[in-house]
Amino acid sequence: MPRGWGTVSVSVTRIVLQLYIAGRTPRSERAIAVLRRLCEHELAAYECDFSIIDVLADPVQAEIHKILATPTLIKEQPLPQRRVIGDLAADPSEVLNALNLPPA
Amino acid sequence: MNAEYDAIERLPTGIPGFDHIANGGLPRGRTTLLSGTAGSAKTVFAAQFLAAGALRGEGVVFVTFEESPDDLRRNMRGFGWDIPKWEAEGLWAFVDASPQPDQELLVMGSYDLGALLARIEHAVRRVNATRISMDSLGAIFARLGDTRLVRDELFRIVSTLKRLGVTGVITAERAHENGEIGRFGVEEFVTDDVVILRNVMEEEKRRRTVEILKFRGTAHQKGSFPFTVIPGRGIVMIPLSAMELKQRSSNLRITSGNAELDRMCGGGFFRDSIILVSGATGTGKTLMSTTFMAAGAQRGERALLFAFEESRDQLFRNAEGWGIDFEQMEKDGLLRVVANYPEVTSLEDQLIAMQAEIERFKPQRIAVDSLSALERVSTLRGFREFVIGLTSFIKHQEIVGLYTATTSTLLGGSSITEAHISTITDSIILLRYVELFGEMRRGLTVLKMRGSIHDKEIREFAIDSKGMHIGRPFRNISGILSGQFTHVSPSELERLGAMFRDDETTPPAE
Repeated sequence: MPRGWGTVSVSVTRIVLQLYIAGRTPRSERAIAVLRRLCEHELAAYECDFSIIDVLADPVQAEIHKILATPTLIKEQPLPQRRVIGDLAADPSEVLNALNLPPA
Repeated sequence: MNAEYDAIERLPTGIPGFDHIANGGLPRGRTTLLSGTAGSAKTVFAAQFLAAGALRGEGVVFVTFEESPDDLRRNMRGFGWDIPKWEAEGLWAFVDASPQPDQELLVMGSYDLGALLARIEHAVRRVNATRISMDSLGAIFARLGDTRLVRDELFRIVSTLKRLGVTGVITAERAHENGEIGRFGVEEFVTDDVVILRNVMEEEKRRRTVEILKFRGTAHQKGSFPFTVIPGRGIVMIPLSAMELKQRSSNLRITSGNAELDRMCGGGFFRDSIILVSGATGTGKTLMSTTFMAAGAQRGERALLFAFEESRDQLFRNAEGWGIDFEQMEKDGLLRVVANYPEVTSLEDQLIAMQAEIERFKPQRIAVDSLSALERVSTLRGFREFVIGLTSFIKHQEIVGLYTATTSTLLGGSSITEAHISTITDSIILLRYVELFGEMRRGLTVLKMRGSIHDKEIREFAIDSKGMHIGRPFRNISGILSGQFTHVSPSELERLGAMFRDDETTPPAE
C-alpha cells in the first residue's frame, strides 16, 4: 500500500451490517448465527457494527429501506452498499464474497 | 363472523358503470384478481379504485411492484387524482416495492416476504384502509424468480388482507387476450374473484372491454363490456344492459317542425322516442333535422345538434337557405350545434363526450346528423354499442332524438346503419328518390311508428326556400322502396287483372 493512504484504510476498518428479520423464526435465527460467526471469526480484525431490525416491531424501517424479503442483510459500510436476501445458508467465504468483504 | 353475508356484500368501486355490471361493486373484504395484457389499463383501474375511495374519505393503500410512487403520482394526475394531497391528508399510503435502480438482488439461502407483509399491514393500519391495490404481480415474480415461494407468500398476503377486512385489487399480466388468466399460476391463490381487462384489435381498431369472469357466490353481469380511458376521468364503462332496461315512454307528442309529417305520424313524435330518418344523399335528411331543431327552439325548448358530416358554417348557411336563423337561436341559448369529424376520436370517447354535452346543455331534443358518418370509423359491434348507448342515454333524459342515416344507393336500398339499428329506434322515416317520367322526385313514408297509428302511404314531397312540403301520395307506381319502379297506369291495372283471370282458363299464346 502506498504511503499516505493510511487514513483511508482506517475508515474501512469499520463494517456496518443491518439484518432485517420478520420475527424470531428458525430462518432468522440461522441468519443471525451466520453473521455472529463471521464477525467473531472471519471479520475479527474489523470493528463490526451489527444490528438486527425486526420488521414486525419496526415496519417503518422496512418501509424506509424498501425491504421486501426477510431475512435481508444490508452492508451499509464500507460502500458500496450491498444487499443479500436469504438465511445465508452457504459457505462463510461465499457470504463474504457476496458482501464484498473483507474490505481490501 | 357471518361469512355468508359478508361474501355477498359489495364495495362500490366508484368506476362509472363498473358497479352496475358488478351488481354493486367488488366483493367486500376479498381480493379480486384483475388480469389483462400489457396496456389494458390495469394500473388505471387499480388506481381509480383507490381514488374513488379516497374521494369518499376512505383510507387506501397502493402497493406498487412496478412503477415508482413518483411516477404514479405524476401519471395519475392526468386523471384528476391528486395523490400527494391524499397522502398529506393521511388517506393514501404507498408501499413502494418497485425495483430500486441501484440495488442488485443477491439471494443466498431461503427467505420469505415477511417484510413486505409487515409493511402492507403497517400501511393498512396507518391510514385505516378499506381498499388496497397491488400492481402488478408479474413484476415481483420476475424479480424474485422463485415462483413457488412468491406464490405462497402472496397467498399469505391475501389471507392477511382478508383478516384485516380490506377489499383488494391485485393485477396480473396475461400473455394473450385469450387463454390462461394469468402467468405464474396466480389464479391459484386468488380464485374467488376474477376480472379481465382486454384491449383487442378488431377490424383494425382498438377496443377495450372488461369482463367479470367470476365473483364466487354472487351474481354479476355476464359478457364483456366496452370501456374507455379518458383524461380527467379515468376508466368509464359503457354498460349496455343497464341501458336496454326500463326506459320510460310517454304519450306526450312533440312536433317534428313539419305539420304534415306530424299528421302522418299520428300527431307528432313521441317524447322519449328515437326517430331514424333514412335516405340517400340530398333527399332532405339535414333539412329534416334542421327543421326539427328549429321547431324546438321556436317553442322555447333547448335543441342540441350533433353534426358529423357538415361544418358549422355549412349547417348555418343551409338553415338560412330554408329561412331558419340558427345564429339567433344559439344566441338565445336555445340551440347548440356541435360539429366535429368522427375520425378525430374513437366511438367510445365520442359517446362519452356526447353524454357530457347532453348533461351540460340539458336539451329537450337532439339530432344526430348522421349516424352513417360515425359508422365509418367503427367496427360493427362498436357501432351497435354506441347507438344502444346513446339511445338509452337519451331516453333516460326524456329527450326526443332524431338520427339520420345515409343509404348507399340513390334509388331505393337500405342503409347499413338502418339495418343495424332499426330495432332500437321507435320510428323510421324513409326519404327516397323516385324517378318519374325521366324526372327525379322525392318520396317520404313513415315505415314504423311504435305505439301509434300512422300514415302508410308514400307521399311525394318537394324542397324549396321555405323547407319541406309534403304533398299527395304517389299513385300508379310501385317498387319505390326497392328502387325498382314500375309505373302502372289505371288501364294497365285493369288489363293485368284481366290477364290473370285469363290465365286460369287459357294458357298464354307463346
